[in-house]
Amino acid sequence: MRSILNYIKDIVLGVWSLLKGMKVTGSYFFRPSTIVTQKYPNNRKELVMFERFKGEVVMPHNEKNEHKCTGCGICEINCPNGTIEVISKTIITEDGKKKRAIDKHIYRLGMCTFCALCVKTCPTKALAFSQEFEHAVFNRAKLTKISNKPGSQIMKGVQ
Amino acid sequence: MPFDIRDFTSLTQWIDAGLRNALSPFWSVVIEMLIVGVLILVFYAIIGLFLVYAERKVCALMQNRLGPNRVGPFGMFQTIADLMKLLFVELVSIKNADKFLFNLAPFIVIIASFMAIAAIPFAKGLHAIDLNIGVFYVIAVSAMGVVGILLAGWSSNNKYSLIGAIRSGAQIVSYELSVGLSLITIVILAGSMQLSEIVIAQADGWFVFKGHISAFIAFVIFLISSTAETNRGPFDLAEAESELTAGYHTEYSGIKFAFFFLAEYMNMFIVASIAATVFLGGWMPLHVGHWDGFNNVMDFIPPFIWYFVKTFFVIFLMMWFKWTFPRLRIDQLLTLEWKYLLPINLVNVLIMAFLVLMGWHF
Repeated sequence: MRSILNYIKDIVLGVWSLLKGMKVTGSYFFRPSTIVTQKYPNNRKELVMFERFKGEVVMPHNEKNEHKCTGCGICEINCPNGTIEVISKTIITEDGKKKRAIDKHIYRLGMCTFCALCVKTCPTKALAFSQEFEHAVFNRAKLTKISNKPGSQIMKGVQ
Repeated sequence: MPFDIRDFTSLTQWIDAGLRNALSPFWSVVIEMLIVGVLILVFYAIIGLFLVYAERKVCALMQNRLGPNRVGPFGMFQTIADLMKLLFVELVSIKNADKFLFNLAPFIVIIASFMAIAAIPFAKGLHAIDLNIGVFYVIAVSAMGVVGILLAGWSSNNKYSLIGAIRSGAQIVSYELSVGLSLITIVILAGSMQLSEIVIAQADGWFVFKGHISAFIAFVIFLISSTAETNRGPFDLAEAESELTAGYHTEYSGIKFAFFFLAEYMNMFIVASIAATVFLGGWMPLHVGHWDGFNNVMDFIPPFIWYFVKTFFVIFLMMWFKWTFPRLRIDQLLTLEWKYLLPINLVNVLIMAFLVLMGWHF
């Protein structure tokens, strides 16, 4: 008798769990608002990538064309692929002291694995990830970028 | 030219009479057969293309995706583009394959579904052949497709194909029983095997309502076992993309592959239309007791629209299964059939016979 009861219970529970599954997919079917796919090339204008997206490494500049990079080279040492190369120069500050500053911060996008070690280890938080992801170019040389803008200076008070 | 959207009998008789006036009886029969053949062929192609599109769209929506949306409005022409591609694909000839059987197999599969479609009543008078053993004929003919699948698996000289085909054979042999028994439940209730009579018997209520719980159980069992019979998910062990590459049609390319693909979707359509005809009243509109106003409104909708609405409802249910449930293992598949569906079905047939004997149905 018990085995028959178990048999029936088995069927009822099985059908119940199947119906539960069908409820989930059915609710997705009848609510097109749950669709997560984006029509990418059509929505380029309004497409906003999320904040933590790792597009490419950039050096943010403020409106006075100043950045925070001291040219210490920690990012270059930490980079596993040799993506970053810091070329520094010596400048003389207003009070007559010699100081190291960057001449060029070279970033080779083609070699970057977006591991974020440079961004994490930067002591002055001079590097960041941009949300730009359309990296395709026709010439490989275009993937080598200079992060600091021409004529930029280090921000005051950043040591 | 007499044309009545509710009854095609006068139209077909008018065509028949016209042909017999103009030609000898032999040639008029030949031309009628040609007309029916071409009509079914066109219908077959359109329904096949539409079903592939519908499946992709339904599956996409159930998985929170968009599905085809590039070719034409809402991606409507995607399947046509796919078909064009398939037509231009090279037919690869397989080394050490049994050439004759390899080429024969897709035709057997597609002919089986063609023969089944002949017996389906689309509307009153729109019925290629009204056999007095219609239900039996459809079961018999649709089971023939497995011969093609087995031949395809055997002749490909490929272990994946062979495993897929053998699985499919085991599956169809077992699930054929459930399909037959669940239809027999309704045959007992209807007292006839003729599909047109089964439809007419449902004028005052569809069998799924008429036969109490027994008919409903038969309907559910028919849905499950016919899904298995058409080799669709969750019973798609014969294809099992993730295990057997593509099962029995791994080695096929181009139009021969398209034949298998089309036949699979048409089998789904045939099974759904049998379910609609036998359980949901075929082209009969929905009638509720003595609500005359409601019944008149329902009568206003043409029968073939009723037929298609019901068929696509069943097809939607089958797609719903496919995209919700995970694939069964072969032992689970056979357990489901022999330990659950078959005993329930046998008891169900007994209950239905008892109900009919006592006259306890509506």
